[in-house]
Amino acid sequence: MYSKILILRFPNTGVSKPTVCYLSKDYDLTFTILKATILPRKEGILVIEVTGAKKDFKRGMAFLRDQGIQVQNASQEVNRDTEKCVHCGACTAVCPTGALSVKRSDLSIDFNIQKCSVCELCVTACPTRAMKIQPTSEAFF
Amino acid sequence: MSTYKVNKTYQEINAKIRSGKVVVVTAEEIIGIVKKEGPVEAARKVDVVTTGTFAPMCSSGAFINFGHSTPTIKASKVWLNNVPAYGGLAAVDCYIGATETCEDDPLNKVWPGEFNYGGGHVIQDLVAGKKVHLKATAYGTSCYPSRIIEKKITLKELPSATLCNPRNGYQNYNCAVNLTRKTIYTYMGALKPKAGNANYCSSGELSPLFNDPYYKTIGLGTRIFLGGAEGYVTWQGTQHNPSVPRTEKGIPMKPAGTLWVMGDLKKMSHKWLVGMSIQGYGISLAVGLGVPIPILNEEMASYTAISDDEIFTQIVDYGNDYPNGISNSLGTVSYAELKSGSIELDGKNVLTVPLSSMVKAREIAEILKDWIQKGEFFLGEPQFTLPV
Ligand code: SF4
Ligand code: SF4
Repeated sequence: MYSKILILRFPNTGVSKPTVCYLSKDYDLTFTILKATILPRKEGILVIEVTGAKKDFKRGMAFLRDQGIQVQNASQEVNRDTEKCVHCGACTAVCPTGALSVKRSDLSIDFNIQKCSVCELCVTACPTRAMKIQPTSEAFF
Repeated sequence: MSTYKVNKTYQEINAKIRSGKVVVVTAEEIIGIVKKEGPVEAARKVDVVTTGTFAPMCSSGAFINFGHSTPTIKASKVWLNNVPAYGGLAAVDCYIGATETCEDDPLNKVWPGEFNYGGGHVIQDLVAGKKVHLKATAYGTSCYPSRIIEKKITLKELPSATLCNPRNGYQNYNCAVNLTRKTIYTYMGALKPKAGNANYCSSGELSPLFNDPYYKTIGLGTRIFLGGAEGYVTWQGTQHNPSVPRTEKGIPMKPAGTLWVMGDLKKMSHKWLVGMSIQGYGISLAVGLGVPIPILNEEMASYTAISDDEIFTQIVDYGNDYPNGISNSLGTVSYAELKSGSIELDGKNVLTVPLSSMVKAREIAEILKDWIQKGEFFLGEPQFTLPV
């Protein structure tokens, strides 16, 4: 399963058309609307969480873009400031996914961002404040 | 005295440092050497073994003299970046303690508190060369009329600043678990319910006092690595308690000896004095500390050859026992087990969590080794050694 929070920006002409529902109809994706606003100039903004298979997800996003909708990744990621990290290990007590773990060979602390669920528990558990929340940098399609 | 086969003096070793002939190894490296060649041969070959530790050490702080301004003031209350420093000393002296919290800190009101800034951070900011805001108030006297001053201070411009830590380098420490049903936040880190994790805080075989368990070479005047510069052991630390049960090799099985250390803050570095925000607990200061152990004879070689599988500590419940002053051990574990990633407690595998940085401890032992090899650091012969 693949899940992302997205910001969709609709040009002022498209707001009335039910574009988003096709995500579930034609692309097998489920979505939850987290926020919907229409800006003064009739431009619509929708924040949704989309879940589904990665393949369907990519196709669904291509469809939205074809409709002239601007798709932006709202997800955040947690990153480690390697200058600040002192390899104490305190964060490994709270990390539920094993993204932060002790490397047995030299007892340094490994951070594997691939495993990170962005639960943010390490952010306040890290005594040097080396773990930071950031907007996702990578473009996903 | 000459019951030993190898006999070296501090002076002889220092002469070797001067001539560049000194042989220095770290407390990890000596283990293999002694195993292979025996303590006598090892003592012939090796002159100094370096140790290291880097962990939160709450009993730390600095004496700061911030110099007179006109009109003069006898500061009775002092704040550095809004963190109270103790001002009950002479006119412009104060002591900033590592665990002091910022005035407006919400503390644990929203539990667990974040403790973003405090004494430990003030010390780190000072050594990093940052400007620190000082405010002092006074009641005013004939000789010191001023009632209030505010100014920016930097470490460089201060008349003097001395790191003075009354308890560092604990020889051994508990392994903490939590047997209650709720997560707790302690100075030993986050502890998940029902012994969800076991936290420990020692560099084990690299830790200074494990390598000289009876303090035969450590006392007033022992020169050490402290906060990135040269410092000194000046006394036994507070709570120094040498008379605890020990293994056959003399290694204490629970918290025992401690060090009182001092050094010139101006020479230290923000890399080795790091402010710590311990969730739900408070502020601390991670201190980089390393003690060189002179290999005066084969006995010292044997002591320094101690390895993680020969060092033990007690598992203590921080959920119920510790806060209620109940001294109870749930079991004994070796540092080799702790460092393996899990220990067994009541037939259950418990994940272990380190709080003391091995990466930094190793780095300190290597730096100290390098200083000595380069002839930049000489051994300090203690005037007297710590009480046993
Ligand atoms: S708690 Fe922070 S400083 Fe310690 S190892 Fe984890 S990220 Fe590094
Ligand atoms: S955000 Fe959560 S999952 Fe990611 S590293 Fe931190 S504790 Fe682990």
